[in-house]
Amino acid sequence: MAETPKPEELFENIDHSLPEESWEDIPPDLSQGKFCYPTKKKNLEYLDMPTPTTDEWSPADEEWPIPDNWQDIIHEGFKDRLEKYRSLKIFMDVCVRCGACADKCHFFIGTGDPKNMPVLRAELLRSVYRKDFTTAGRILGRLAGGRPLTKQVLKEWFSYFYQCTECRRCSVYCPYGIDTAEVTMMARELLSLLGLNINWILEPAANCFRTGNHLGIQPHAFKEMVDFFCDDIEEITGVRIEPTFNRKGAEILFITPSGDVFADPGTYSFMGYLLLFEHLGLDYTLSTYASEGGNFGLFTSSEMMKRLNAKMFAEARRLGVKWILGGECGHMWRVIHQYMDTMNGPADFGEVPKSPITGTVFENAASTRMVHITEFTADLIRHNKLKLDPSRNDNKTVTFHDSCNPSRAMGLFEEPRYVLRSVCNNFYEMPENTIKEQTFCCGSGSGLNTEEIMELRLLGGLPRANAVKYVHDKFGVNMLSCICAIDRAALPPLMDYWVPGVDVTGVHELVGNALVMEGESERTMDLRFEPLKEETEEDADE
Amino acid sequence: MNAAYLYSLIAVVVLGLIAYAGVEAAGLDVLFGVIIPYLALIVFLVGFANKILDWSKSAVPFKITTTMGQQKSLPWIKHNKIDSPYTTGQVIIRMLLEVLLFRSLFKNIRTGFSGQRITYKWVIWLWLFALLFHYSFLVVVIRHLRFFAEPVPFFVAFLEQIDGMLQILLPNLFISGFALLAGAMLLLARRVFLPKLVYISKPADYFPLFLIIGIAITGLMMRYLDKVDVVRIKELTMGLATFQPSIPEGSISGLFYVHLFFVSILIAYIPFSKIMHMGGVFLSPTRNMANDTRARRHENPWNYPVKTHTYEEYEEDFRDKMKEAGIPVEKE
Repeated sequence: MAETPKPEELFENIDHSLPEESWEDIPPDLSQGKFCYPTKKKNLEYLDMPTPTTDEWSPADEEWPIPDNWQDIIHEGFKDRLEKYRSLKIFMDVCVRCGACADKCHFFIGTGDPKNMPVLRAELLRSVYRKDFTTAGRILGRLAGGRPLTKQVLKEWFSYFYQCTECRRCSVYCPYGIDTAEVTMMARELLSLLGLNINWILEPAANCFRTGNHLGIQPHAFKEMVDFFCDDIEEITGVRIEPTFNRKGAEILFITPSGDVFADPGTYSFMGYLLLFEHLGLDYTLSTYASEGGNFGLFTSSEMMKRLNAKMFAEARRLGVKWILGGECGHMWRVIHQYMDTMNGPADFGEVPKSPITGTVFENAASTRMVHITEFTADLIRHNKLKLDPSRNDNKTVTFHDSCNPSRAMGLFEEPRYVLRSVCNNFYEMPENTIKEQTFCCGSGSGLNTEEIMELRLLGGLPRANAVKYVHDKFGVNMLSCICAIDRAALPPLMDYWVPGVDVTGVHELVGNALVMEGESERTMDLRFEPLKEETEEDADE
Repeated sequence: MNAAYLYSLIAVVVLGLIAYAGVEAAGLDVLFGVIIPYLALIVFLVGFANKILDWSKSAVPFKITTTMGQQKSLPWIKHNKIDSPYTTGQVIIRMLLEVLLFRSLFKNIRTGFSGQRITYKWVIWLWLFALLFHYSFLVVVIRHLRFFAEPVPFFVAFLEQIDGMLQILLPNLFISGFALLAGAMLLLARRVFLPKLVYISKPADYFPLFLIIGIAITGLMMRYLDKVDVVRIKELTMGLATFQPSIPEGSISGLFYVHLFFVSILIAYIPFSKIMHMGGVFLSPTRNMANDTRARRHENPWNYPVKTHTYEEYEEDFRDKMKEAGIPVEKE
């Protein structure tokens, strides 16, 4: 971060002028700071994935450690995926390059690099598709937009498909619904056939496979961390909570991203969940085996996604729960909502989710048997089942960042807003072109929240930050709420850089603050141990 | 410098000259009037069907709907039935609005910079140009059915009535032809004057536009300037339509053959080009599927078993630590 220029300077240096040369002729910039570090070999080996031909390598190297027949491997992999995914075939064939998507990508807005326009990002793959799989491309080559798969093209793929956060904003504006996330997923699968992956994705995936969560937290440590939250909760509220782990016969299995257990400010949301469940007297259990809601397999391949996701249903079945409740996480919910039942279903356990408190049957989750925590909480509030004191969040002026996946791969818009409006008094929306289905990515999604590309992340997150700045300046917003663990990790540095004075929170942290617990002592602090009321000068003098 | 549009323009002009010279100088009326149109039609039909079949052959493993509105969840939360469709009927409405009204393009916004602020502005030009272009093209195509049917179908005559509304002012004027030319020119102007569009455009973007502009110009010329013998042309086209092709007695203007040749090239070109979006849009999985994946299970035809890390393996790995921490285990 030391070399990162000042925000105003970085902003002013964004250059949207277009190069003289055509994009096909410009090599990708793979200098230090422009790429994510490649995967350590041990992680690939642990997951039985193809490995590079040398142990150590850097994308900055001239020669990459790939097998001699790498072009054949990619060609076969491409062919296979064209048969397996109609989406890929259609998206390769129907783009008319109308340009509607061009200025919708946060990375293009932030970097001005034309290959970050969704249309050109997809053309990186499309050009090879035309050359290899279409008549016109085979015969006419570049005249028909075809390009042979050279090492430079491969490097370009690595560079630009790891500059896409699979946020799907472009697909909202595309007249044919072309989804760059799908294109990026396919390209990443192809790259991983050669052992070309990034460590920030594969290490969590390998950890998750073994220990059940991204951070490699072992069962006893997982329990200790949760116990530690219970100590904090007791100190703040005077209420002692004793959550159970891996308990058979519980009614509900609760799964949330492990980031909520490990890193602030997600931890405060975890405390919020615990308070909520205690408030309700819910019959639930946590699992150390399925201790991860997130799924970095989604950013690797559909096979890896399925392998990691399998734990959720397996654990629900083993413990004999009736249904699963899921915490606040973005890509986790894309996997649960759009993939889980198809990949690892049908869910052969329990029953259609039914709130034991309100009796509401979640018909929209009838098959998957998994309910989003904001659906669950919104229903509780609607039925007046929670005792809330929203004034406890009066020290915060809150806005809501729609996380990409719950927005564009689920349509979860009103549930979190209903909860927020019920638990805090000061809530303001960001401008409409930056929220809901038009929301901007935090700039670090799809496994890109790694330190070595910090400047790129700050630029990718700029459109989001800029919208926060707008409500910060206009309404004094000082708290950015979200329902995504990657957001909770990525937005704090983004805010510190672009909009100092704005903190980041999960929705259920605010719920936890507002919940009036039975037998609680008078609350003077929020879940962050910060005073509920602004200190007056008198207090400070004491 | 983007030379792509120059190449495309030259290609279209050369094609036009070939047809004109072929008929006027070499007397290849049969080639340009019968053989090429039939060949083009065959290429189109086979190519189009092939493409659709090829797309259909590929699996749809997952439901990857792009949701652009509130999901159906709790009964008291207003469900956005169009942008987050839950039933097939709702999907059909979403698709119809997309295909008939280009709804996604209507949402277009332009991102701009104003000092240290990023701004967004609703822009409808692309939507407007696209709508103008596609609908006028459709009307022109339907009007041309008059050349392939006797008697002229009622809906063609009806459409001509509407299309000819301005005839009160100018005799024999159809709006659609001019609208098509204007629409194509406006879409072309975007690709020639907007730097981002110039940068992303390929010959495959300019070529069909120039071809369609060529078709429109030759069509308008035949109707309004260098009037051609419509009776003879209908004789030829009816011959084609009834599979009794013949070249009518006496000459038809070379201009007509240029027009026909452009049309032949265009329809033969469709299956190999981006114009296939007209078929593809119906098959786009982000738009043509319901957002109901948690309620109804979607089957993946190639779903295969994968290697997972089972609970037993996990417990094997951590049993002692689990027992020590008081976490229940299966095997003591």
